[in-house]
Amino acid sequence: MIAAILAGDTRQYHELIRPYERSVYKMALSFMKNEPDAEDVAQEAFLKAFRKLADFRGQAKFSTWLISITLNEARSRLRRQSTVPMESLDQVTGEGGRISPTLLRDWREVPSEALERKEIRAILIEAIGHLSPLYREVLLLRDVEEFSIEETATALTITPGTVKVRLHRARMMMQKELAPKLKNANPRRRWFQWS
Amino acid sequence: MVIECKHVWNYLSDYLDDSLSPEIKELVQRHLEHCEICSAILDSTRNIVVLTADDRVFELPIGYSERLHARLAQEIESNEARTRKDSGD
Ligand SMILES: [Zn+2]
Repeated sequence: MIAAILAGDTRQYHELIRPYERSVYKMALSFMKNEPDAEDVAQEAFLKAFRKLADFRGQAKFSTWLISITLNEARSRLRRQSTVPMESLDQVTGEGGRISPTLLRDWREVPSEALERKEIRAILIEAIGHLSPLYREVLLLRDVEEFSIEETATALTITPGTVKVRLHRARMMMQKELAPKLKNANPRRRWFQWS
Repeated sequence: MVIECKHVWNYLSDYLDDSLSPEIKELVQRHLEHCEICSAILDSTRNIVVLTADDRVFELPIGYSERLHARLAQEIESNEARTRKDSGD
C-alpha cells in the first residue's frame, strides 16, 4: 500500500493509517494531558508521516515509525509550551534509586470490566501521566501498545537493556501508586450499594 | 540460595515478561511460593499491566476520526495540486 501511495495513489493513505488512529491518539494524550492538544498532536503526526512517507524504508514496522513521529511531535510541542525545561530523570527519582512497591498481603483481582467505570479509567490515565517522560514512553509502548521490548527500543532509539530497566521502574511506580487506589475501588463493593 | 524480598522486586518486571534466566527465574519462583507479600506485589503489578493494555482505558473524542480524515483529505488534495503544477504546464 505504501508503494502505491508513493506512486501517486495518495488517497490510499486514509486506509493505511486507520488501524493506528487509536494508538497515536493514546500516545498523544498521555503526553499532552488534554484532549484538544492531543488531537492536534495526533493530526500533526499523521500529516508529517504523510509528507515523510518516502523516507520510510521498511526497516522498522510502519507502526513503530509512526509512533516515533508522534512522540517527537508531542515532545516538541511540550518544549514549545513550557518555559521550564522538561524534568530530567534524576530530578524525579534518580536512576539508581530503588522504587519500593506498595506492600500487600493479598491482592484481589480487579477485573477488566471495572474499566467500564469512568473513575477507574481516570486513575489509570492519571498514574501514567504522573510518570516522568522517559518512563512514560516506555510504559506506553510496551504495556499500552503492547510492543515487544525490541520494537520499543527501535521506536525510542534506545537499547533493549535500557527499555527493560525503565520498564521495570515504570511498572513499580504504577504499582506503588495504583495498588492502594484500585484496592479501595474494589468493584465488589457495588453489590452492596442500594441503587 | 535464598533471596530477599527486596531483590525479588527487582526481577518482577522481567518475570512478568518471562525474560529471566532459568536460574534466576527458579529462585524467584521458589521465593514466591512461600512469600505472600511478594506474591501480592506480583499479582497487583500483573493486574495493573493487564488493565493498562485494555483498549477501554483511553476513549477517543467524538468526531476525532472524521476530523482527522478531513484534514488529511485537505493535505492530500493540496499535495496533488502541487504535483500537477510541477509536472505539467
Ligand atoms: Zn518476598
